[in-house]
Amino acid sequence: MSIEPAIIAPDSFEPDEQGHFGPYGGTYVSETLIHAHEELKEAYYRWRTDDEFMARLDADLAHYVGRPSPIYFARRLTEVAGGARIMLKREDLNHTGAHKINNTVGQALLAEYMGKSRIIAETGAGQHGLASATVAARLGKECVVYMGEVDIHRQSINVFRMKLLGAEVRPVTSGSKTLKDALNEAMRDWVTNVDDTFYIIGTVAGAHPYPVMVRDFNAVVGREARRQMLEQYDTLPDALVACVGGGSNALGLFHPFLGDADVRMVGVEAAGHGLHTGEHAASLCAGRPGVLHGCRTYLMDDAGGQIVHTHSVSAGLDYPGVGPEHAWLKDTGRAEYVGITDDDAMAAFHQLTRLEGILPALESSHAVAHAMKLAAEMRPDQVVLVNLSGRGDKDVQTVAELEGISL
Amino acid sequence: MTNRIDRRFEALAGAGRAALIPFVTVGDPDPDWTAGIMHALVESGSDLLELGVPFSDPAADGPVIQLASERAIERGVTLQGVLDTVRTFREKDADTPVVLMGYLNPIERYGHAEFARDASAAGVDGILMVDCPPEEMVHLRGELDEHGIYPICLVAPTTTPERMERISRQAGGYLYYVSFKGITGADQLQEASLEQPLHELRSHTGLPVAVGFGIKDAQSAAAVARLADGVVIGSALIEQLADAPSEAAAQDRVRDFLAPIRKAMDNSRR
Repeated sequence: MSIEPAIIAPDSFEPDEQGHFGPYGGTYVSETLIHAHEELKEAYYRWRTDDEFMARLDADLAHYVGRPSPIYFARRLTEVAGGARIMLKREDLNHTGAHKINNTVGQALLAEYMGKSRIIAETGAGQHGLASATVAARLGKECVVYMGEVDIHRQSINVFRMKLLGAEVRPVTSGSKTLKDALNEAMRDWVTNVDDTFYIIGTVAGAHPYPVMVRDFNAVVGREARRQMLEQYDTLPDALVACVGGGSNALGLFHPFLGDADVRMVGVEAAGHGLHTGEHAASLCAGRPGVLHGCRTYLMDDAGGQIVHTHSVSAGLDYPGVGPEHAWLKDTGRAEYVGITDDDAMAAFHQLTRLEGILPALESSHAVAHAMKLAAEMRPDQVVLVNLSGRGDKDVQTVAELEGISL
Repeated sequence: MTNRIDRRFEALAGAGRAALIPFVTVGDPDPDWTAGIMHALVESGSDLLELGVPFSDPAADGPVIQLASERAIERGVTLQGVLDTVRTFREKDADTPVVLMGYLNPIERYGHAEFARDASAAGVDGILMVDCPPEEMVHLRGELDEHGIYPICLVAPTTTPERMERISRQAGGYLYYVSFKGITGADQLQEASLEQPLHELRSHTGLPVAVGFGIKDAQSAAAVARLADGVVIGSALIEQLADAPSEAAAQDRVRDFLAPIRKAMDNSRR
């Protein structure tokens, strides 16, 4: 087994020139945005193979983000789950507390290379908005973050942090007032200010090249994890587990392992109150293919094709679509997707906190919950590697409210 | 059978007039009023009607059309209901071209083939799917062709000449030129800035060119009518209709709003 990470995945998992992963992906945007996507595509494909660009990116990831993040053997969690060893890829230890910074550092650098002075972003849980505001502050760029009114309420700490960083947080009051509407509003801003503005999308969704670009910037997670497993444990993990809202942390972990046929990949969606209740955000488990936010992918809509309101205890998973590469990985069978309810995620949140002294984000708690179930079905000599995509400091208010505790 | 859109633009060209193309969202403010509003639009001098198909996530639209879309969805308007409305309209008007404008997902759900068949039977002449550029339209395009429905395409200020060429080869009926970088209903239109791009566009296409986004009154409509084959008015019209207290009032507002616009356009024609 080669210790050199599989940076380039097999060709069958790369999209075509227009960004199609099989029948998914593509560029389903208004003509008013075609030029902006073309310009971005040209710039990204030019710089992603440029030595100087990559060296700057690597330096930023090392000295600003704090990479590499460790993998940690969760001994007591493993004992409680009973079965395979559970390892955590500690993306929660990154600067700003989640994997999101990997992508924003990359896109901000690209904005710099493209000469764009203004950054916009959409955010759900606030992690991506925070990560965007952070890189904007560092590069001295103007930053506007669009955030649904509902999310602003449930993530008020992150809203304040973004403001401290000098970003303007614009509340979005249309539609369901959550992440999907923030994305719509950011697109409207981009159409209007396309000359000087770089739109940092926070997940592997949107039109080409976003799904590829965001995946590539997050794939540092999987490359590191693969190398760390081989160096420290002399084996590859038997299964990878990551939560999936739009799917950036999952794809970041999965992608460098796509060529490793024996590594099972499980994406964990938010089953909310339960898949049977309809109150969830599990587009791959319970949705169907359609077109939303620039790409063809699995999504949640009603019989007339209107996008429906989703539910999850975690704002970061509360999204009715999913990245098109996940749709393709599902259909090809290379990855599998399951749902974890709010209640199970909350239980895992408390377990990891009490057993390991690690406070996970509610999003990541979904992955932890499933990893425990999966580990219980596996042998003790096997390894489940979980992407612990973010820390839970931002969620303490939500958890307290849910449990009737006033802070 | 020739398409109503071709017949209409031919007749207008012969008369030296620009087309007045109003846009209304189906079902706003009341699903039962839309067919009557469409007749009032025609009586007020409209030449072609664009009907907005409500969608939950209208990313290219400004607040006025977003809200109209939300209201229509709340009142239960579906793509099926839109086709029913066109059918009702066709009972009394066999000539005025009707174009559906919206986003792709409701058609995805309906089924491309089923939609093309039913839309044609209902009397739809063209569709403009905002989030479906020509590159992504291959399959749907085949179904539309089979049923004689034109794919109407957008051209933007950022569209390159090479792309104008490609779009005009793919499009049918007319081209919809977006007058500025922005969303529907924004207040940025500067008529003088249209001259050069429309000249460029015409060098790539024989199709009529309509201009939309930001046209809101007689003055702006007249200015655009001097340069384009059609003038699209959406948000400003929808604002008139939004709080109409009755169907009769809605129709009166349409007439009051469009009459001076039609007049100004006819007076300004080159």
